[in-house]
Amino acid sequence: MQDFSQEFMSAIGLILSGDSDLWEIVLLSLRVSLLAVVIAALIGMPLGAALAVARFPGRRAVVILLNALMGLPPVVVGLLVYLCLSRSGPLGVLQLLYTPTAMIIAQVVLVTPIITALTRQTIETLDAEYAEQLRSLGISRLASVPTLLWDARLALLTAFLAGFGRAIAEVGAVIMVGGNINHVTRVMTTTIALETSKGNLALALALGAILIFIAVTVTAVVSLLAPQERASEMRHA
Amino acid sequence: MRDFMHISPRIEATGLRIGRNGASLLNVAHLVLDGPGPTLILGPNGAGKSLLLRCLHGLIVPDEGRITMEGVPLSTTHRARQAMVFQKPVLLRRSVMANLTYVLRRQGLGWRARRLRAVQLLEEGGLAAKARQSAQSLSGGEAQRLAILRALAIEPEILFLDEPTSALDPSATQAIEGLILAAARRGTRIVMVTHDIGQARRLGADIVLMNGGQVAEQARVGTFFTDPQSAAARRYLAGALVI
Ligand SMILES: Nc1ncnc2c1ncn2[C@@H]1O[C@H](COP(=O)(O)OP(=O)(O)OP(=O)(O)O)[C@@H](O)[C@H]1O
Ligand SMILES: [Mg+2]
Repeated sequence: MQDFSQEFMSAIGLILSGDSDLWEIVLLSLRVSLLAVVIAALIGMPLGAALAVARFPGRRAVVILLNALMGLPPVVVGLLVYLCLSRSGPLGVLQLLYTPTAMIIAQVVLVTPIITALTRQTIETLDAEYAEQLRSLGISRLASVPTLLWDARLALLTAFLAGFGRAIAEVGAVIMVGGNINHVTRVMTTTIALETSKGNLALALALGAILIFIAVTVTAVVSLLAPQERASEMRHA
Repeated sequence: MRDFMHISPRIEATGLRIGRNGASLLNVAHLVLDGPGPTLILGPNGAGKSLLLRCLHGLIVPDEGRITMEGVPLSTTHRARQAMVFQKPVLLRRSVMANLTYVLRRQGLGWRARRLRAVQLLEEGGLAAKARQSAQSLSGGEAQRLAILRALAIEPEILFLDEPTSALDPSATQAIEGLILAAARRGTRIVMVTHDIGQARRLGADIVLMNGGQVAEQARVGTFFTDPQSAAARRYLAGALVI
């Protein structure tokens, strides 16, 4: 027990002293996950919206598949991305394995279905309300997508942050394709896993604290942004 | 009487039929909207008035029948020249002002022109003080007024209005009726559903009575109220059909 409290103190020390190794890891995590979620949103939001408004045979099957992909096991994603990027894989020539880019790719694969599925749900609900009015204005189904995306922007921001939360907390896939190389591909989650197994609890605890802080901040931002319109709402008994 | 121009486009519907689960919801043998001045559609709840408006606007395709505008079969290009105010107004989740600038932008107006026109419309509709407010926070009547202003902003050749003043107070009703008449004088064909007989008398040049999915009677306003020809019209006017 004595050990643990000591580890706690040195964890706090690490955070407060601005330990360069620690912040390098934190910054890489943020860079990788932010970039991944931005790319995932650029793909997933238009795709999800298009899926919400389009009508084609087999649409239900696609929606079901997409919802299933939301729960894609990270290790499987890691394995698939690994196979693609490994020396003999289809993208092997790019030599991306064990680079931050590989981790970004893995997180994009993981997060894109989540953002696509959440967008589809959100846009479909809004479209049920808007469809006839937009049609009356002479706007075709597909052309109504930008309007729907813009008017659903708060709900979509929530989807974006949900994707970010998933990306930054992910371990399995990034450790497989990133390799947890010191000063190159070490992110918060993989470092916590490694350092804990090595018994270096101070660094693990410090990173854990920062990870929790980020998660709380993201959630707080979501709940602060969402009820913007409710500022002028009446109080209910 | 009021001077309406004869330039409003002619609408003609022939053999319109819509059925669901064996029940006939709409069955209109022949309907021509051609004369000058507004057409007011009356009829009890469930008579098919909203359904008819949706068909004429091209939002739903009837099971059978044919609709032409100026002799040309209805198409998407026509809809751009028409506007419709729905029985339940649908407003964008944006500010009151943005609901107007949204359609003005589609009219090809520049940023400044859009804002000027929107402000002008809001003043005419008594909503100028609400310009920056979220459209979702408007009262029922205010929302209805905004939906009407948005339809007028399009300056349509044909304007379909489905009970547009059902939630309006007397003075707002008067103001909106003024705007509708002004549009009619500029040559917009007005096709409007109402349950307000007084309003039908005030605005209507032509009255269409719907009953059980059919056009029970179509007549000039004077004839309809003084000398109804059909039994359905006589019953309707006596209040017998109103549920
Ligand atoms: N999509 C639909 N499926 C089945 N029935 C429908 C559908 N749309 C309308 N109906 C039926 O068609 C009939 C006519 O509906 P419509 O909305 O045109 O009535 P209305 O004359 O506008 O009535 P109100 O005065 O109450 O607005 C109603 O009985 C309604 O239940
Ligand atoms: Mg109706």
